[in-house]
Amino acid sequence: MNEFSLLPALVPATIQAATPLLFAALGGLISERAGIVNLALEGMMLAGAFAGACAAILLHDAVPGHPAAAAAGAVMAALVAGALVALLHAAACITFRADQVVSGIALNMLVLGLTVFFSQSIFHMKGGTPQLEEVTLGRLSLGASMALSPLCFVAAAVLPVAGFLLFSTPFGLRLRACGEHPRAAATVGIPVARIRYLAVLASGLLAGLGGLYLVFDVGSFSKEMTSGRGYIALAAIIFGRWRPGLTLAGCLLFGLAQSLQLQLQGRVEVPVAFLQMLPYGVTLVVLAGAIGRSTPPAALGKTG
Amino acid sequence: MLMKRLLVATAAAIALWSWWDYRAGAADSSGLTGPRRRIAVVLSVGGLGDKSFNDSAYEGLLRAVRELGIEEAHGEPADIAEPAEFLDVYAEEGYDLIIGVGFLMKDAVEKAARSHPDRKFALIDAPIDPREYPNCASLLFSEHEGSFLVGALAAMASKSGRVGFVGGMDIPLIHKFKVGYAEGARHVNPECEVLVRYAGAGPDAFHDPVKGKAMAETLFSQGVDVIYHASGSTGNGVIQAAAEHGKLAIGVDANQNYMKPGHVLTSMLKRVDVAVCETIRAVCEERFQGRVCVFGLKEGGIGYAMDEHNRALVTSPMQERVEALKAKILAGEIRVTDYLEVQRGK
Repeated sequence: MNEFSLLPALVPATIQAATPLLFAALGGLISERAGIVNLALEGMMLAGAFAGACAAILLHDAVPGHPAAAAAGAVMAALVAGALVALLHAAACITFRADQVVSGIALNMLVLGLTVFFSQSIFHMKGGTPQLEEVTLGRLSLGASMALSPLCFVAAAVLPVAGFLLFSTPFGLRLRACGEHPRAAATVGIPVARIRYLAVLASGLLAGLGGLYLVFDVGSFSKEMTSGRGYIALAAIIFGRWRPGLTLAGCLLFGLAQSLQLQLQGRVEVPVAFLQMLPYGVTLVVLAGAIGRSTPPAALGKTG
Repeated sequence: MLMKRLLVATAAAIALWSWWDYRAGAADSSGLTGPRRRIAVVLSVGGLGDKSFNDSAYEGLLRAVRELGIEEAHGEPADIAEPAEFLDVYAEEGYDLIIGVGFLMKDAVEKAARSHPDRKFALIDAPIDPREYPNCASLLFSEHEGSFLVGALAAMASKSGRVGFVGGMDIPLIHKFKVGYAEGARHVNPECEVLVRYAGAGPDAFHDPVKGKAMAETLFSQGVDVIYHASGSTGNGVIQAAAEHGKLAIGVDANQNYMKPGHVLTSMLKRVDVAVCETIRAVCEERFQGRVCVFGLKEGGIGYAMDEHNRALVTSPMQERVEALKAKILAGEIRVTDYLEVQRGK
């Protein structure tokens, strides 16, 4: 089967696998830079995916013949759902000073349960939704062999915006101060709680879009379809040392590892299990600090 | 303070509402006369909504509710440690029959059967020794026979002579599907190439449609034009990819033809619902036995799906040919390799 070269298929596959990770990772990056650990990324993605799918299907049923409007509604719903989960996380972590790790994991479980509950009450389908049919975001072509979802370009555009916001504006400086030394920030008059709320909210919006990407990719929602991508996004943030550019590199690396794994199966005489270890092996090497020390924001996860 | 009071009030309201709901449910189910059998099903970790294996088991349970008037309960474990708890709880609550769905539950069902010898148990997809556990039936399927038939159809429909298989994990149960499929494809076209890919190494592999789609696209780029999947909801992505690229997919377990009409060649039907409903019927008619029951082509436990969604894809000569193959399997003229049996024989 060697007549098929790897590269042409690998590039778009890597970008597609990295896009949902990048959305979630950028969201997590903003939240963590403000000092709030965000393990709820997985739940935010799942909420965005489910709400997006529901909106697309219900709007298309209500007003048939306007798939573009339904798609726009899906985007809105994904943003709102991600933001709602974020609001819960922010309320728990900032207002009620709960343990941030526990809140994140609890929210992931809550969202999983809610998607099953609502899919049953809306579609009588325990955990999934019907097909989105003609509601799509379309594809933008780049050359002959590459047609990507518009969301890939949105993610690519959010990256420099987030970088600029965090590192070149007074607001970004304040946000990072909240993550490094919230008391010092508070003494100079920075509204720490409000900025942290905004940061977590931003992570919800972005992770929601990451979930929406998954739904439009496969054309329906199914239970647990995020399959740990929120956690991989967290690993990408650590890999990226809480910097947007390197975080992008982390997301691309995980995307590449997954696509390569799929491309290599059947081409090389290596047991499948070893190829499937690739993304996780990469994660371990990365987390073990093979690329140098990764220092989190000083006040990250501190509840006091 | 106001916030906290609001939270407490909301929690109280929800508790009250769910109690009310529970009472209402209990009231309307007590109207029937006669002894009501109580049957519980513990689903596999994938849970309901997979449009496949678990949904099929649940459908069988619901049919038993309609046809046999049983009282049902079902548990959806969140991780692989939970089934044991569900089994114990249902046994202690006095359910007449408790069915475990999925081979992963084998140890848990055996343990529960040992500690509750007065209850009846059934396990789907893995054999339990009836001499050791007389209160336990195992419900097995001849997936290899059904896979053989859809493999034959795949080879007939393929123009490139290259067909694909997407499995969830690289494990013996999935090999059973793969081996039957490959034999069927090669029976029709000895030159047919079968490209095999696996989604992952953990339970995530059975609910990652995005990865399923990426895998299918990889296979299509390598010249494959028909893909059979045995991968839970990961296969939703395989079917989506087939629709987007104008190729064909083959569904598994439940009839998935409707998901993308015109792009799902057929589905290998594993009638978990038949097995569940028949076992419950046996309990209701007092003829339940602890034994290994195999549901194959003959018993109607295995088949391939034909409906209005794939009528145009499977031409009548194709269908005649596959029916002839089915008759040969039933007559014993074709013996499809059962990978699990081969493994046990080793």
